Amino acid sequence: MAGSGTAHLRGEDALLRVEELVVEYPTKGGVVQAVSDVSFDVLPGETLGIVGESGCGKSTTGRAVLRLDRMTAGRITFAGERIEKAPEKRMRELRRSMQMIFQDPQASLNPRRSVKDLVVEGLAVAGVPKEERAKVSREVLTQVGLGSERFANLLPRQLSGGQAQRVAIGRALALRPRLLICDEPVSALDVSVQAQILNLIEELKASHDLTVVFIAHDLGVVRAVSDNVLVMYLGKVCEFGDSERVYSSPAHPYTRALLDSVPLTDPDRGFNGPALEGDLPSPLNPPTGCRFRTRCPLAEERCATEPPQIREVRPGQYVACHFPLVSGPSPDAAPATSAEPAPAAAESQPAAGTA
Amino acid sequence: MSADLSKPAAAGGGAAVAEKQAVTTAAGGEVTSAEPRVPTVRKQRSVLVYFAYTWLVLIIVLAAIASLLPLAKYSIPVDAPRIGPFGGDFDTVLGTDNQGRSILSRIVFGARVSLLVGAVASLAGALVGTALGMIAGYFLGRIDALIRLLTDALLAFPPLLLLLALSSILTPSVKTLIIGLALLVVPTFTRLARANTISWSSRDFIMAARNMGARRRRILLREILPNLLPGLGAYLPIVMAAMIVAEGSLSFLGMGIPPPTPSWGGMIADGKDAVADHPHMVMVPAVFIFLTVFALNQAGDHLRHRFDRTLHD
Repeated sequence: MAGSGTAHLRGEDALLRVEELVVEYPTKGGVVQAVSDVSFDVLPGETLGIVGESGCGKSTTGRAVLRLDRMTAGRITFAGERIEKAPEKRMRELRRSMQMIFQDPQASLNPRRSVKDLVVEGLAVAGVPKEERAKVSREVLTQVGLGSERFANLLPRQLSGGQAQRVAIGRALALRPRLLICDEPVSALDVSVQAQILNLIEELKASHDLTVVFIAHDLGVVRAVSDNVLVMYLGKVCEFGDSERVYSSPAHPYTRALLDSVPLTDPDRGFNGPALEGDLPSPLNPPTGCRFRTRCPLAEERCATEPPQIREVRPGQYVACHFPLVSGPSPDAAPATSAEPAPAAAESQPAAGTA
Repeated sequence: MSADLSKPAAAGGGAAVAEKQAVTTAAGGEVTSAEPRVPTVRKQRSVLVYFAYTWLVLIIVLAAIASLLPLAKYSIPVDAPRIGPFGGDFDTVLGTDNQGRSILSRIVFGARVSLLVGAVASLAGALVGTALGMIAGYFLGRIDALIRLLTDALLAFPPLLLLLALSSILTPSVKTLIIGLALLVVPTFTRLARANTISWSSRDFIMAARNMGARRRRILLREILPNLLPGLGAYLPIVMAAMIVAEGSLSFLGMGIPPPTPSWGGMIADGKDAVADHPHMVMVPAVFIFLTVFALNQAGDHLRHRFDRTLHD
């Protein structure tokens, strides 16, 4: 849903604040609107999950925050400093405190460098002397569970996916960052390894006082790690809120649909709910009004003309929809209604199913 | 001139690859007994590869110590002209040329020129070409368009014409020959390096390096270049072989090394008028060119198999 607005931002304490971020790529076929007017913030020590299907702009958002992709407009503030205005030299220093972990662990490691050099690459860039690098290298490898001497001289292609991702995590940690952006860190891994890596990230988050932005398309993974979730669709924000609340009673039809698309453990029962129809519209020419309206079971005329603004439907749950599934109380009557989210969701589900 | 550089490494028979990686972890002695140990896979190495390296080492050593060897002077007649090979005398074992000079001596000293020209021209061309290609492939945009235009223009220009033009402007010497040949090598390496740089720079580890604060120079030299070297290095012997042939062709046309300094191509040119009656004057240097070029191509193939990670494991 085409969500704009900044109602869900939480003020000055945030470590990272992104306001009205726009990323567009000019191509021969027109301008790709990868991210359109996205705002969010992350408090220190918090884990923010960003979910959405492929092409919704979640990875682009992550890269734009680190200024690895050119942003078209918007404001990004990290620890009180405006990133989009920082000169290149300052940015090089700033980036060290904002590290990223990538989806394909093998591709994120230079294939011609050994594990012990890879993990301290950032320190080498920063000009840390060799002896200290060797020391940090051993420490960090132990922290990520690759302490055995046997790993030190291996090349990335000799590692398994999980081991390679551990090296990548170690490389980020060696710089002692404050913010860690994980861009689909486990989607290339086996399910059994996914859990290990998620646990490792959790452990390190606690021991290193990290703030984490966790980008993924796997809802279960995001639920397991996130304090808050941000749901994106076609470059826009749909919903933002406490992850338990968003999962138990989603307010946005798209969030509902995402949750419905999770297969149930009993194969005979199939999926949680009806599947979304249609394909993701082209970001070259996104729908007018609400961007989700072409696939939304609840869409009405108003959705085509008027882009919805983000508003609070329940305390701590914000949604950009004209017809949210959680009926919005007036902000004054907050605590009373939050006790009965379940009936509200149950009521709206048949509507979603029949449409 | 057959400086046909666009031809990629012809897949030869040298599918010989030594698998050494499995051994590298066994360094820990007793402690490693608990670790998995993979027996080394021995791959058969072609006889041709052994021959190629032996021949190359032999030629290079002979050329390097030529002045220490008990050889006749290459510019002074040792016997009657045009004596056939295997005459018994050491100096005339490969026969004598039009002026009665020892072909053996001229071959060994000629190897110096041919190898030097081939090696220096291809190395210099590879260096310049790789640098241009990496700049074009990393920065793209306008600078890429300019470099591409230059290389395409160079590639479209008939190489022989270019060399003839160069040698008519500059006086023929080893230096001008090397400059001219290096110029021919540049565009091939530019294209090779550019294409590889583009594919490597889109990898995540380049983005990771940027995110660790690395400058462009570090990214180009420390992240991208090491990954280009195996491919470029394996291509080098093949280019070197082409350069030896090119030098031969130029000398054959009289545009090469000025006499009396011998070069293999020049020797063929000297003997060409008497080829019907005294074929050895052409055949002996031709065989040396053939064997050296063949060995270089074999070595190039072998190196490519050895270092190109995309071909195995």
